[in-house]
Amino acid sequence: MSQVQVLVGTKKGAFLLAADGTRQRWEIQGPLFSGWEMYHLKGSPADPNRIYASQTSGWFGQIIQRSDDGGRTWFTPGGETLPDPYSPPAGASNRFVYDTSPETGRPLTTHQGYDGTQHPWTFKRVWHLEPSLDDPDTVYAGVEDAALFRSTDGGRSWHELAGLRGHETGAQWQPGAGGLCLHTILLVPGNPERLFVAISAAGAFRSDDGGRSWQPINRGLKSNFLPDPDATVGHCVHRIALHPARPNVLFMQKHWDVMRSDDAGDSWREVSGNLPSDFGFPIVVHAHEPETIYVVPIQNDSEHFPPEGRLRVYRSRTGGGDWEPLTNGLPQRHCYVNVLRGAMAVDRLEPCGVYFGTTGGQVYASADAGDHWQAIAEHLPAVLSVEVQTLP
Amino acid sequence: MIRLVLPYPLRRLARLGPEVELECREPVTLRAVLDALEARYPMLQGTIRDHATGQRRPFLRIFAGEEDLSHLSPDAPLPTAVAIGAEPLQIIGAIAGG
Repeated sequence: MSQVQVLVGTKKGAFLLAADGTRQRWEIQGPLFSGWEMYHLKGSPADPNRIYASQTSGWFGQIIQRSDDGGRTWFTPGGETLPDPYSPPAGASNRFVYDTSPETGRPLTTHQGYDGTQHPWTFKRVWHLEPSLDDPDTVYAGVEDAALFRSTDGGRSWHELAGLRGHETGAQWQPGAGGLCLHTILLVPGNPERLFVAISAAGAFRSDDGGRSWQPINRGLKSNFLPDPDATVGHCVHRIALHPARPNVLFMQKHWDVMRSDDAGDSWREVSGNLPSDFGFPIVVHAHEPETIYVVPIQNDSEHFPPEGRLRVYRSRTGGGDWEPLTNGLPQRHCYVNVLRGAMAVDRLEPCGVYFGTTGGQVYASADAGDHWQAIAEHLPAVLSVEVQTLP
Repeated sequence: MIRLVLPYPLRRLARLGPEVELECREPVTLRAVLDALEARYPMLQGTIRDHATGQRRPFLRIFAGEEDLSHLSPDAPLPTAVAIGAEPLQIIGAIAGG
């Protein structure tokens, strides 16, 4: 029978939640890396035993952890203790240094700060790790201040894809409340040249040459906090998602507005429809139904909790526009948690499982595409990210 | 032999006990001590000194006994008591919330 492993990153460590294919009884392992902020953990689609994790701290900076046995044991690739103190280390898995080489033609630029003045790019942390679809040793990292890095040696060393940060609009990018972060990376099955990323608050970008050059894909987005609401960049995109069978269809949860593109981001239209609020953070697509999507409406951009204190996932089976609330098993009174952008995911079983974590430390799961929910973990630290591995 | 005390999270990261002993090149400076530490325990690279700038991370301080060495040049000789291993060099994380 298939198994599911949910990878949960929290503000004070990581947890692994495992169940068989019925997804009714869960075992919890953790905390791993306790005391550290675990921004993201994600397994390789090419080798489910390979998991990458972003471990970070305001005191000690960034660490990259890797497991080659499905999460049982972990190590810092290239950072293992050396038997001979004079032998050179095999790498530096936490060395994220912006590319300033003249060869790239993209010297270090500056970006806009909260106060409108220009600031040099300064590395702070890894928000998102996206393993390659077909090579366990290749993995992308989305970082703050916003840039994209890639490792092709299993996380031992990282190199910036500097064409993104060096885009001519870079000086206009500005941090959202969480910082100037590249928080979403989407890879496209069968088309390794195409990548999508999303940055708060710059917007969404697409590369069609494997990450060498990039174009903003924000036409149709409207952000009233900008002097020009239709600007090319400056939009606070919270999350984008696609279904691998239809990679030209993108869904977006923006700061405000749920959006949809049918042309790989060239243009967007709003599909917020009858949502009680179109503010929110995550958006995910059903594993088997490319037109079924999920969001978690949040009251507004200063009250980060569900409208009316009722935790509701909203599902659209029409690719947006028409939404239904999913409440069975979720708290419907006095609930004032948030669900962050990286804290929702689906499994690949039939029926599709849907999972999300809250800033109150609950992880909820539905084994029937959202019709019924159960808390599979409670009282964890605030949940930053949720990913799911569907295992044979 | 230099003695070094690291903050708890870094001890756990490198799987170390309360105190580390290190061979260190002469003259014994902060740079020499951290070079020796990172060479022996590469997973600590970047955790005390920023990878890009080489600067001490702002939430970390460095003491020998009660003497604050945080703002010394990294190439200044450390106190003799540290250099001969009579007392440890201490790297201390700021007490802050979170």
